[in-house]
Amino acid sequence: MVQQLGQLPMGWLLTALLVFVVTTGFSVGRIRAERYLVSGGHKFHSRGNYHGYYVAMWGLLPTLLIAAVYVLFSQTAVFGLLNSELPEGFHTLSKAELQSYLEAVAGAAKTGGYAGADRIFATVTSRFLELSGSLKAATLAAMILAAIGGISYARRKVAPDFRARLKVERGAEAFLFLCAAIAIATTVGIVASLLYESLRFFAQVPVTDFLFGTRWNAQTSAEFGALPLFFGTFMIALIAMFVAAPIGLFAAIYLSEYASVRTRRYMKPLLEMLAGIPTVVYGFFALLVIAPGVRAAALGINSLLINIGVTSEPFLAAQPTSALAAGLVMGVMVIPFVSSLSDDVINAVPQTLRDAAFAMGATKSETIKQIILPAALPGIVASMLLAVSRAIGETMIVVMAAGQRARISFDPSTDLTTITVQIVALLTGETQFDSPKTLSAFALGLVLFLVTLGFNLIALRVVQRYREKYE
Amino acid sequence: MNNPPETSLQSEKALKRLRRRRAADTRFRMYGLAALGFALFSLVFLISAIAWKASGAVTYHVVKTDIVLTPERIAPDGNASPEEITRNIEGFYTLVRDDLFAHFPNAGDSLAVRQDFSALVDRLAVLPLARRVARHPSLIGQSVTVEVPVSDDVDLFLKRSSPRSIPFRIRAGAQINPGQGGGMVLAQPDLRSVRTTLTALGEQDGVPSVFVTSKGAVARLSDLGDEAATFELLAGDVADFESTPLKGLIVTVPESRRTISDLQIAWALALRSEGIIRRVPHTSLLTRTDSTYPELAGALAALVGSLLTMLVTGMVAIPMGIFAAIFLEEFAPKNRLTQLIEVNINNLAAVPSIVFGLLGATLLLGTFGLPRSAPLVGGLVLALLILPVVIIAARAALRAVPPSIRSGALAVGASRMQAVFHHVLPLAFPGMLTGAILGMARALGETAPLLLIGMVAFVAEVPSSTTDEATALPVLIYSWASNAERAWEPMTAAVIVILLALLVIMNVIVVMLRRKFERRW
Amino acid sequence: MDTTAQTDYNPALTGDGADKAQALVYPRIDCKDVSVFYSGKQAVFDVSLPVYDRSVTALIGPSGCGKSTFLRCLNRMNDTIDGAKVTGEIFMDGENINSPEVDPVLLRSRVGMVFQKPNPFPKSIYDNIAYGPRIHGLVEDRQELDAIVEKSLRRAGLWQEVKDRLAQPGTSLSGGQQQRLCIARAIAVRPEVILMDEPCSSLDPIATARIEELIDELRKRYCIVIVTHSMQQAARVSQRTAFFHLGHLVEMGDTDQIFTSPRERRTEDYITGRFG
Repeated sequence: MVQQLGQLPMGWLLTALLVFVVTTGFSVGRIRAERYLVSGGHKFHSRGNYHGYYVAMWGLLPTLLIAAVYVLFSQTAVFGLLNSELPEGFHTLSKAELQSYLEAVAGAAKTGGYAGADRIFATVTSRFLELSGSLKAATLAAMILAAIGGISYARRKVAPDFRARLKVERGAEAFLFLCAAIAIATTVGIVASLLYESLRFFAQVPVTDFLFGTRWNAQTSAEFGALPLFFGTFMIALIAMFVAAPIGLFAAIYLSEYASVRTRRYMKPLLEMLAGIPTVVYGFFALLVIAPGVRAAALGINSLLINIGVTSEPFLAAQPTSALAAGLVMGVMVIPFVSSLSDDVINAVPQTLRDAAFAMGATKSETIKQIILPAALPGIVASMLLAVSRAIGETMIVVMAAGQRARISFDPSTDLTTITVQIVALLTGETQFDSPKTLSAFALGLVLFLVTLGFNLIALRVVQRYREKYE
Repeated sequence: MNNPPETSLQSEKALKRLRRRRAADTRFRMYGLAALGFALFSLVFLISAIAWKASGAVTYHVVKTDIVLTPERIAPDGNASPEEITRNIEGFYTLVRDDLFAHFPNAGDSLAVRQDFSALVDRLAVLPLARRVARHPSLIGQSVTVEVPVSDDVDLFLKRSSPRSIPFRIRAGAQINPGQGGGMVLAQPDLRSVRTTLTALGEQDGVPSVFVTSKGAVARLSDLGDEAATFELLAGDVADFESTPLKGLIVTVPESRRTISDLQIAWALALRSEGIIRRVPHTSLLTRTDSTYPELAGALAALVGSLLTMLVTGMVAIPMGIFAAIFLEEFAPKNRLTQLIEVNINNLAAVPSIVFGLLGATLLLGTFGLPRSAPLVGGLVLALLILPVVIIAARAALRAVPPSIRSGALAVGASRMQAVFHHVLPLAFPGMLTGAILGMARALGETAPLLLIGMVAFVAEVPSSTTDEATALPVLIYSWASNAERAWEPMTAAVIVILLALLVIMNVIVVMLRRKFERRW
Repeated sequence: MDTTAQTDYNPALTGDGADKAQALVYPRIDCKDVSVFYSGKQAVFDVSLPVYDRSVTALIGPSGCGKSTFLRCLNRMNDTIDGAKVTGEIFMDGENINSPEVDPVLLRSRVGMVFQKPNPFPKSIYDNIAYGPRIHGLVEDRQELDAIVEKSLRRAGLWQEVKDRLAQPGTSLSGGQQQRLCIARAIAVRPEVILMDEPCSSLDPIATARIEELIDELRKRYCIVIVTHSMQQAARVSQRTAFFHLGHLVEMGDTDQIFTSPRERRTEDYITGRFG
């Protein structure tokens, strides 16, 4: 019986129950308010509907809380209980093995396909079903009780002079605030989780070894010197900016100063399409088209240098994946990040300055180079910073086209690895949550987060001050 | 008129200087044009390179077989339960292979030849047939016609993409004589072009193979003399060559350097010329799930996974983003807390997506114990990722509603909440919706965070709920792009085209919404 | 309004030598049937107007009457506006400046302009003045440039106030000082004509008085055309006045005559404050 409860479809039940609570609460409140109205002809402060909303709100609030707690913690709770009951033999298992065993149990419990499995597995699964069945039943019961309690409490408040609308609106405003506060919660969540895992990592590996060590070999041996990763990230971002900075800036100049209104209207969205293409598509393009091209070019240079006798050995590494390929494609990807914001700030330069320069007899290019660009410089710098931040945090292009080898090399045709590549490499596939190997990914994530945050904060501040100056 | 005063500007030097300045002006303009041109060229290059690659996956080759589903083969031990039937891939496969092999009575019956022949169709290709029979056991004993995909090596060869092959013509009326050992000899053939091509290709690791085909027969060139060309018969009879015109094919890569053997090529060419191997639209790309064999793989599971993920993302991020925007724009008091929220939102919009993946991995998988690889978790992570985008767009939409609307509503006695929800929100809604769709488009293309929460798993089953194991389209692109076989490239490009098509549709909807609801106050 | 008949007009200026009076006989700039269209909409209608050297010509009229637009024709600033078209002929030293052979860059080095709002470049005071001489290549070395900067600032009456802080940004000056900086900047290119588009409209009365004094001073060397909203200012600084209304040149003549005995009814209504 309890075991069958374990297979209750909780998602649907919870949703149905919540809908039921809301509709019941609403009707209860409204009917009560209307009864007053019919019997006594009272003048109500708030209309009947608001009394309905008020009662529904009180019904929903406690039930929703219970449902949320259930959704977030039921699995952990059942696993915890089950864990304490498991026979001796299980204690030799590592945490990760235990977790995957329990997940298999949960999966089997859901489909019911554990009849043919071995005896222990079947026993554990049926115990799992018992436990989760009682938890589910208890949750549903608690929700019903809470709903009844909330609704009857609120129902008693319904009276002609009760200011239901104000209460409902205050509740709604609180809810709106909570939605806005999610943004803060997300940041706090990011910082807290990265910091927590990183501290666990730094308890095993000294911070200085991590930040300044030159050997990274997290997969095979425990070497966690992240300097080559920082170098690779920096190098590829630099190549990207070599492409994106001039192209993006000149495109912005052309669009804002030279192009006709018509051209601008069609060209701007086209340019911004570059930012809308998923990065995995760029990665595929880099891997398939650009990387072989870079390799061929590097091989060509090698044989040329050997032929003319400058060197006797290949000068460039000419790897199948290379920093240059990833950087070039990434550069194309971040062009719109540079051009969009640059375009905005160039447009924000007051027309009077242009007039002044033209009236002095400056040509258009002199006006742009000597007056507009210096005036727009802070904004342009900010756009570059945002683009760099984007390039540093970009993942898929480098995962697919930059390579896995951690090393410091200035040869652009060699493969380099980056922070993001290593995070992906460390956290995909079999992961053990306590090993320094896994934890190091979070330390890398923390560095990445802090660096990009720094760039973003500076850029946003600069742009804001720039806007204040001209608006 | 009096003479103009002589100023330094009219001097020869000044004019020269002016010309130089004008030239610099033109140059500068050209730089701008070139930059814009480069950006647009990159866009066009990217799209066309991928479209070109994807065109290779629009069609593929299938082989048609007529088989009798004999009970001895389908259920050898008499157990005709659906599970047993599905498990008995080997039985179905043997039926298909033997039917095809029957076309080549001269091939010999050694185990090695049979094994070689097996490479034409992969074993798992019969799985859909097995499943069909398991669902409809009445088919057992019946005769059926089925089409199964040929293996990727054969498919690529027949598409001439790998190994590359060059067709050539043989002048009509060449005299054909039977040669020694079942071969044949072409007397006085005009094969100069073949000779030139072979010389150009050179002899690295062996000689390129040259085939002639005619109806169901295929022969391989063994000696090219001035007077006569000797061929070795690989499939069919010499008689076949006499009745019909000959077609030739040079396979540019020598046999030792390719995965498909000359014999397999001969079989494939023979089956194709008899119409048994046909090129058909590659619809299975949309109806099948992932597989380790490219010709059997499809994107259905990833497509459904993406849709489920988007469902979660949309249901969380859109209402939450809109409510947050309403709070910040309409109700927020100007204090430190709301200022902090503002700065936060702007910063979150620029946090690398992979960091959200790390958050999902620790918080959702670790702390809350939600299932790995599930669209639920992926959807939540992406919802957090696009929340700032949705909020910023929704705020812009709210700001575009003139204050007079609010004052009007307040003036007739509406509360602030009523003014916002009854009057401002309906007007701002189209704008909010466009922002939401753009956010969803961003989420649809995101890959990195999904990798970290395990949505990179090999998923052969179409997920049916948001807690099932699933993958998503961009992740599928990533996994397929990491595969070594050449055949994955066009497949990957085709999935990219599907993904880009979805994104284009979303953007078109945005443009149409904007057109429809564009309003000037 | 037949203005061409008045080209031999010789205003009775006092205190100028005979050689200067000689220059006044012929107009420095002679406009014939100038019309301006903005995206097909006509803003200025067939204006013919002579402008004399070493004097101040004031363009007055209600807002939107086309006086600023007309002023911008004189150094072809309308070229920089998309969709603006200028027809008619404007002769300067016998050359039609609207002809395509004339390079507006060269023209603008001869016709300086001062705008409604002071718009110093976001550079130092020194670089603001030095900008024109530098781009036009008027100087060979630093000493020469220093000399031009000093001379221009002196002529604009700003030297005493800024000589110790030439390296500070131009925007750090007060509004009136900024406007005089802009005048100095225009002078530095050694123009023959200076156009002023309501140069005092954003300044307080004291700064305005200072600029007006300066204009009177500059009149001795340059040909000045000033657009102004204030009739008092026109009366104070100009020798000749042209009244614009709805894009048409209604009346022009000696400032005294315009203000004391206008020939046209509309001019009188405007001057007496019945509209505008």
